[in-house]
Amino acid sequence: MNKREFLKGLILFFPAGGILRAIAEEAAAKETTAKATDKKASGSAESKGYDPADHYYGMGIEIDKCIGCNRCVEACKVENNVPDLPFFFRTWVERYVIKWDGEVLVEDISIKDRKSKASAQEDRDVVRSFFVPKLCNHCANPPCVQVCPVGATFSTKDGVVLVDSKRCVGCRYCIQACPYGARYLHPVTRTADKCTFCYHRVVKGLLPACAEVCPTRARIFGDLKSKASRLMRFTRMNKIHVLKPALNSEPKVYYAQLDGEVR
Amino acid sequence: MSPDRVAAMYELLEQVTGYIYPNEIEVHWGILVVVYPYVTGVVAGAFILASLVKVFNIKEVQPTYRLALLTALAFLLVAPLPLLLHLGRPERFYEIILTPNPSSAMAMFGFVYAWYLMGILLLEIWFEYRRDLVVMARRERPPLSWIYRALSLYSTDLSEAALAFDRKAIKVITIIGIPSAFLLHGYVGFIFGSVKANPWWASVLMPIEFLMSAIVSGIALVIFLYMVLWGLRRQPIDMACLDKITSYLFYAVIVDFAVEALDFIHRLYQSEESVKILGKLITHKLFMSLFVLQILLGMIIPLGILVLAKLRKLGDDLRKVIYFTAAILIQVGIFSMRWNVVIGGQLFSKSFRGLMAYKMEVMGIEGLITALGALVLPFIVLIVLIRLLPTTRLGEVESPTA
Repeated sequence: MNKREFLKGLILFFPAGGILRAIAEEAAAKETTAKATDKKASGSAESKGYDPADHYYGMGIEIDKCIGCNRCVEACKVENNVPDLPFFFRTWVERYVIKWDGEVLVEDISIKDRKSKASAQEDRDVVRSFFVPKLCNHCANPPCVQVCPVGATFSTKDGVVLVDSKRCVGCRYCIQACPYGARYLHPVTRTADKCTFCYHRVVKGLLPACAEVCPTRARIFGDLKSKASRLMRFTRMNKIHVLKPALNSEPKVYYAQLDGEVR
Repeated sequence: MSPDRVAAMYELLEQVTGYIYPNEIEVHWGILVVVYPYVTGVVAGAFILASLVKVFNIKEVQPTYRLALLTALAFLLVAPLPLLLHLGRPERFYEIILTPNPSSAMAMFGFVYAWYLMGILLLEIWFEYRRDLVVMARRERPPLSWIYRALSLYSTDLSEAALAFDRKAIKVITIIGIPSAFLLHGYVGFIFGSVKANPWWASVLMPIEFLMSAIVSGIALVIFLYMVLWGLRRQPIDMACLDKITSYLFYAVIVDFAVEALDFIHRLYQSEESVKILGKLITHKLFMSLFVLQILLGMIIPLGILVLAKLRKLGDDLRKVIYFTAAILIQVGIFSMRWNVVIGGQLFSKSFRGLMAYKMEVMGIEGLITALGALVLPFIVLIVLIRLLPTTRLGEVESPTA
């Protein structure tokens, strides 16, 4: 940080500066495009004081709070232009029904007009049942980034795994390497696509669309570098677990009350 | 997205059993990615066969030396084609060479390929053919003589010293070439074997399995081509050569079988989290292609008839029929092995709770017609190569006794 940036930061610290910053943000927001991977978008965000090195993002998911309403899935599809077909999801919600005889029924409730296999279960057959929202885990040690032959998929300094759709050759090695099924080939761009934590919103200080619309606050987005963040509070108050820890991909989506049946 | 494609995906959705992650409905690496390791395997295998002559001094195999080299070249030239066509954005392929990601196994493709093509195969073929090219450039009339002169890179030296240098160069290149051939195909196995997310692929034995099956398919294909070509030319087939090559084929199949059986037993015995879904995979989805085509038709029957041919001291004609049949069956088996690895690895969910279906396109760019084209093309390239470059040294009469 040079002197100029430091002084600028100092001014912005004061409330009067805050108002100015809000105005500046508004002005800058009009210039940026909606594309999260667009270099211009992050560039202009950086120029107005967003430093990726100051943040490290993750998400907490409180399984007991998820009511399976699917608003997160719908918000994500709208916000990120995800094709409105039941084969492409940046996030989805699974329902688990575990029965007395040990049978586990899993269903993706985000697929519309599905033929439900589990809904007609008699209550007395069910031991426990719950919803699990899924999304890209934005792994700290991401297998997808490791295998990408051209470096089109990468980890940002603030801990988000992104795809540069202008560079991706569509070889789909990343889709094979992702243990969580979080990636798909976008049918229009023919390049790999996935959750970006709504990076275009996050760099403006907004929440990802899914966390924004969640009516029960089952999704807690936050900054692992800030002890005061909601996410850090979440990880203090809950016993947390991640998906497929044995693969050492070091996911940054943290689940509270995660059942052992969830994979 | 075309309505047909959407309809096809809904159809696939109907065929899902159990639970899969919603993005897993598409099989991303289709028939073209099956063709790719098959074609590269032939390259590595044919080269290993050729190197038997030069490095290990196995004189019996000499009649197939040039044929094996040209087969390797023809298949190597076609190898990138299925890879290129399967890309979502094939027009950006050059990025893999311009900005390779050093941590990606796939990014090494360009380097391994370029090294093998230019550092090994073309160089060895050039030294092997240099004398003949010079001779033919003098003998033929234009425009053919111009082509030969260009191919010989305008060298004219036929002195004994120059020829001795050629022989020495070939030997050195072959010695470097063997580990390079291992690298070429072991690397293809590594692309699959290193995917820890996929328990059907993730195995340290995968590069070895790919390598052994490559040697098997390469040798079998050269046997097939040798018998067909020499048959078409009405030249006598050198039985000593054929017996020797089929012995090597026999041992290679045994080792290949042993390595794959070890992998299979190891997975079964370790019985990890994925064992149930993999069990369902091989019984529900791969029964025909794994047990019938790959193991029974592609390994057990060829091994059986080869043993029969060796032990019973059958007559030349009967042995020829058996060798020919075995060579074809082995091709079917190795192609099935590629299928079982590539497609099989994408027919079960990484949630380990469900199975998907693969519906091969016929007309599309990633469909059956393209795949068949990519399989036929090396043979067309080979015909052109053989037209230009004789498979026996000029001035040498082939003796069936060797």
